[in-house]
This record gives sequence, structure tokens and C-alpha cells, in this order.
Amino acid sequence: MKRTVPMVIAAVTGFVLIVSYFIPLTEEWGSIAMQWFNVLAAIAFVLGGSNLMRMNLQKISDRRPGWGYAAVTLIAFLVTLCVGLLKVGVQPTESFPTNAWAAPYNQEGSFLWWLYEYMYKPLQATMFALLAFFIASAAFRAFRAKNPESIALLATAFIVLMGRTYVGGLMRDVLPASLEWLSFDSMTNYIMSVFNLAGMRAITIGIALGVASTSLKVLLGVDRSYLGAGDE
Amino acid sequence: MQRETLIWTAVMVLGGLVLLVHAVRVGNGRVYVREVTVADVKSGPVVHYKGVPPSLHNEADVSLSVPRTIGMWIAALCTLGIMSFVLGDNPLYKLMESIFVGVSAGYLMVAAFWDEIVQNLLKGLVPGPMRDSFLPGLEEGLNPDLTYLAPLAMSVMMLWRLSPKGAWIARWPLAFFIGATAGFRLVSYLEADFTQQINNTILPLIVYTADKSFDVWGTIRNVLIVGGVLLGLVYFFFSVPHRGVVGGLARGGVWLLMITFGASFGYTVMGRIALLADRLQFLFDDWLWLIDPTMQRVGM
Repeated sequence: MKRTVPMVIAAVTGFVLIVSYFIPLTEEWGSIAMQWFNVLAAIAFVLGGSNLMRMNLQKISDRRPGWGYAAVTLIAFLVTLCVGLLKVGVQPTESFPTNAWAAPYNQEGSFLWWLYEYMYKPLQATMFALLAFFIASAAFRAFRAKNPESIALLATAFIVLMGRTYVGGLMRDVLPASLEWLSFDSMTNYIMSVFNLAGMRAITIGIALGVASTSLKVLLGVDRSYLGAGDE
Repeated sequence: MQRETLIWTAVMVLGGLVLLVHAVRVGNGRVYVREVTVADVKSGPVVHYKGVPPSLHNEADVSLSVPRTIGMWIAALCTLGIMSFVLGDNPLYKLMESIFVGVSAGYLMVAAFWDEIVQNLLKGLVPGPMRDSFLPGLEEGLNPDLTYLAPLAMSVMMLWRLSPKGAWIARWPLAFFIGATAGFRLVSYLEADFTQQINNTILPLIVYTADKSFDVWGTIRNVLIVGGVLLGLVYFFFSVPHRGVVGGLARGGVWLLMITFGASFGYTVMGRIALLADRLQFLFDDWLWLIDPTMQRVGM
């Protein structure tokens, strides 16, 4: 009951989705399963949110180091949740001018939009931007030209980096027309459209085969790791 | 106080003062909005505020938006707070990180509620009340779709995980989730990533131009692509020991993969640099008004 039923549910759901690709009559089954999937994915966010709250409340009540930051996380989470669910600051739209609840939750000018535009977006974009420094510093420490293969990696990275900058195009003006292919941007284009394309294709085909075999293992009940260990 | 802390405090205070003087003199970081009346109802006009470039601040229906101006300064503080991590872990960075975690979790939950639970589950189960409240655009006379009782039941089972007893009940919806993911991924990966990539790799190994003459570069390009994909696949084929001819081919695959990783690395770094440039443009253009590449403040 605790392990067999979930395995049957996983197998039936998976095979229904696979069959729906091949038999037009069952196409609707696939779309219904995907609608259910989306609902469950939304409910999973509730689980995630409650876990976030539980962990942070625990940290605050235990007065563990950094509990102040846990409080900030909790406040930011609850404020965002409240203003988003209550649609604070949302104005009615032209289509339904008497019903503000019908307006989009992320309407320009609403509190949630304000939080997204002036907090979420700059924080997220800057975090990703900072990765430039960390990737570069990690590469500086880890990359060593100790054998021909690593030299190939370093040289390609250097060419692509230069080719994507202003300098890459400048070389075109200096080089004669017959040697234009030696400019960084031409070499970058060639590397990206030939070597990188071939390499990425081989990797993509490998990934696809890996995903297909893993999925089959799950559907046939060979891989049961998602059920966890033990009876409970 | 440590010497380093003292120096950084002095730098911060000085920077803050410079910002203050600059803000008083130039008035940077202000955001202007245009008032747009979208409807006129009994209780009064329904007004929306749309952001406009600062150069239009003299127009009649344009005014300064205090909440958005405060937002602009907070966004700048958030950007600087995250950037401060370059100097090492510090309280300002930790504060911004905590806010980011909270806001992003909250935002995702709100989006999931309005986009999925309301638009999908509640619309299907109780179309009448939804039409009267959140979804007035729904057509009249829709009957409840009882198939949605299944995801409702599975949702309750999933939330059962929070209860101290019977957490195994959550395995049933989890199994549905895993099964759906496996079924969907199996077909989509085989279709888009497997067959499609093979299809794209089946290229002519001798290329002729439109006027029937031999295309040297086109031929080399296609041979390199087809050969490269085969070499890469040989490297990933572990059922045969990488010795002899197979070993030689696999070595060629390693070379190709090294070039691919190098190119991907360079491409990723440049992508991040572009993001960094975007953040710097935000600071110097939108906030400090020191540059104006998009001509937003012409005539100010």
C-alpha cells in the first residue's frame, strides 16, 4: 500500500502521457494530466513556503547565529505573500472597472509589482552579474595549461571572450581582407557554429538518452529512490 | 575599531555625502508617471499610472511618483548591497540575500496561487463563484469540471506531509508528479534532443554552391560537424573499452569537448559581463543620471 500504490500511480501516469503522444484519441488525457501536474506544482510551493517558515522560525526561537537575517527573510516572505494574495494597490482594469480582484496581480503600480521591480529584479540580476567575477576568479585558480587539451580549452575560451568584445571587431580593420578570418569575432563565429555546435550536439544526444533511460527506469519501477527509504 | 573597518566606514560616509550633494543638486533618481484614466465609474475615475522618461516631467498629466522614486533608491541600495560581496562577506550583503530569499519565495507562491490554483483548479471546480469574484471574464453557465477533484485530493494528500503522522500519504501525489515528469521528459527529450539533433547532423559531406562549383569551406564545415558529433558520441560510449581505434576516436572526442567547454565558458562569462553592464547602466543612468545613453533626460 505504502510503496506499491505510488509505483503503480507513477507508471500509469507516465505511460498515459507517452501514449497520448502517439494516439490522437488519447491526446486529451495528456493535457488533463499536465493540468493536474501544474496544480500539484503550485501546491508544492505551499510546502516549500511552509518549510521556509518552519526553518526560519526555528532559527529565531533558538537564537542561533544569524537569527536576525532569518527574521528579515520571514518578514520579506510574509509581506510579499500578503500583498500578492490581497492584490494590494491593484486598480480595476478597463474591462472590469468595478472589480479590482479581476485585475492582474502583477499590474504596474501595485505593491507586488513594486517589490518585483525594485527589489526582486535588481537583487536577482546583480547576483547573476556577480557570477562574472566568481567564474573568472575560479577559472584563474583552477585552469592550468598543463596538457594540450587544457591549452585547447584555454585558447578557445580566450578567443570567444575576445570575440565577444569591442576588440574582436577592431581586428577586422587592421587585417587584410584575405586574413579577415583570423580576427577574433570571425574565429568566435566559426568556433561557435562548428566545434561548439558539434560538441553540444554530442552532449545533448547523450543527455537525451540518459533522461530517456532514467525515465524508463522510474516508470518500470526499477528506480524507486523517489519513494524514500523505510516504510514511513 | 579595526583600521580596515575605520577606512571602509570613512569611505562609506564620504560616498553617502557625495550622493546626497549630487541628489540635491541634480535631483537624480526621481521617477515620473503619467496619469491615465481607464474608466469612469460611480465611485469616481479609475486611474492608472504609467512610468515615463524624466524628460517629459513638464507635461500636464505627468507627476513625480514618490513610491517609485523611493523604489529606485532601494533598488540602487540592493544593487550596491549585492555588489559589496566583491569586498568579502558583510552584513549588508547578508541582509540583501535574506530579503531576496524571502521576496522570491513569496513572489513564486503568489504567482502559483493566481496562475494555477485560481486559473486552473478553482476555475474548474467552482466556475460560478470564480466568475463572480476573480474571473468575471468566464462564460456564464459553466458546469463544475469534476475531473479536478483528483488534483484537489492529491493536493490535500501532498499537504499531509506537514502533519506529524501519516507522511507516507504524500507519496501518492509525489508518485503522480514523478510519473508525469518521467513520461513527459521521455518523449520530449527523445523528440527534441535526440531525433532532432541526429536529423540536423545528417549533412552532405561534399558541398556545392548554387552555381555547382565545389564549396571548400562548406565541405570542411560539414565534415567537422558530422565527424565532431561522432567523436563526441564515441567518447560518451562506455560499453566498449576506450582502447585501440576506439581509444583514438575517444581522444578526438576529448579534444572536441575541451573546445566546447572553452567556448561555453567564454560565452557564459560574457553573458554575465553583459548583465553586469546592465546593472552598471542602471546605477549610472537610471539612478545617478551621470550618463544618458537612451536619451531619457534630453532637455533637462
